[in-house]
Amino acid sequence: MHPFELHKAASAGDAAALIVGKADGKYLAGGQSLIAAMKLRLNAPSDLIDLAAASDLKGIKSDGKTVTIGAMTTHADVAASADVQKAIPALAALAGDIGDRQIRNVGTIGGALANNDPAADYPAAVLGLGATVHTNKRAIHADEFFRGMYETALESGELITAVSFPVPQRAAYLKFKNPASRFAIIGVLAAQTPAGARVAVTGGGSGVFRVADMERALAANWSAAAITHVKVPASGLSSDLHGSAEYRAHLVGVLAQRAVAAAA
Amino acid sequence: MGIPVSINVNGRAVDADVDPRTLLVDFIRTHCRLTGTHVGCDTAQCGACTVHVDGRAVKSCNLLAAQANGATVLTIEGLAAANGDMHPMQAAFKECHGLQCGFCTPGMVMSACELSGKLTNPTDEQIRDALDGNICRCTGYHNIVKAVKSGLSNMQK
Repeated sequence: MHPFELHKAASAGDAAALIVGKADGKYLAGGQSLIAAMKLRLNAPSDLIDLAAASDLKGIKSDGKTVTIGAMTTHADVAASADVQKAIPALAALAGDIGDRQIRNVGTIGGALANNDPAADYPAAVLGLGATVHTNKRAIHADEFFRGMYETALESGELITAVSFPVPQRAAYLKFKNPASRFAIIGVLAAQTPAGARVAVTGGGSGVFRVADMERALAANWSAAAITHVKVPASGLSSDLHGSAEYRAHLVGVLAQRAVAAAA
Repeated sequence: MGIPVSINVNGRAVDADVDPRTLLVDFIRTHCRLTGTHVGCDTAQCGACTVHVDGRAVKSCNLLAAQANGATVLTIEGLAAANGDMHPMQAAFKECHGLQCGFCTPGMVMSACELSGKLTNPTDEQIRDALDGNICRCTGYHNIVKAVKSGLSNMQK
């Protein structure tokens, strides 16, 4: 790991003030991706702003229409939340299947979204459920937030404070995971949301994306049969030792149908 | 530049100035001289370095010591009673021979202990799912699952 300076933030406001003027400052949430990347020298920030003590970034609120999750809320807490289980069971289940148990005890929703790993689970939930990412500066709709592999709409020094999910009529997330890394080879979240049917895919290679043809078919008829004949092109999907682009395209179709059936 | 950390390790307050890069596992092994916590993969996959931070099982190779500042840490050395009697989970691993080479055992035991109160009368399948963060490179999972089942049952008594 390259040397860095560590700063402890007591609140979201404190964190945003601390990062000003740092040459290459980064916020440290749970660090379950960042610390690993720093150990491999894939990432070498000049300064880390540790958010662990910023209690205003933690917690879950639900009012029946919207579930709002603080950025520093761990995957384990989202998975175990009675409020999330009741309002959006697919979201609780998704959080409970991220990485492994020890990772879920530390990793956070804000950290996962800021990192935007192309095979991570939370981006599929945020895009598929049409959530809004709140920062210390603005509110960013999911459709505007994700900008491809490890890229987001976040500006330098901008801090995710919370994510609000509109409660869907129904939703399910299915992932075909790499048995070693537990990242999604392909993961699909299908949902009937207040804004219509949405299908979001993670693991494709260059970041989470929606499948417009499936969404149109599902808007007319919410059933697995409605999307059986929707062709998902392999172009744009990645080929690696875990699967070819054609294989991934096939998985999108299969998992989307299963997700729709599971959310019936 | 060193930064001060204050961590309660197995009931003992430990204060130190550490390089910010210091991982919790290195703090435990090198500074506290508690070498029961193992470094297996050093990439947050195998779980041999699992300890409890404020009651939660975490991978100490993937956490800065500074992130545990102010926390209470429990390692494998802190499980047994003061008189040396083994913790019920340790006793179960011994009784069921829940190990082959033993390298993953400290992490397996710490991970398993955290399940107490979360899983009641778990099935083998539930235990295997719950141990998703721990790898036994000897692939000796069968007896580990038996040990965890027995240990969780004995922890409830």
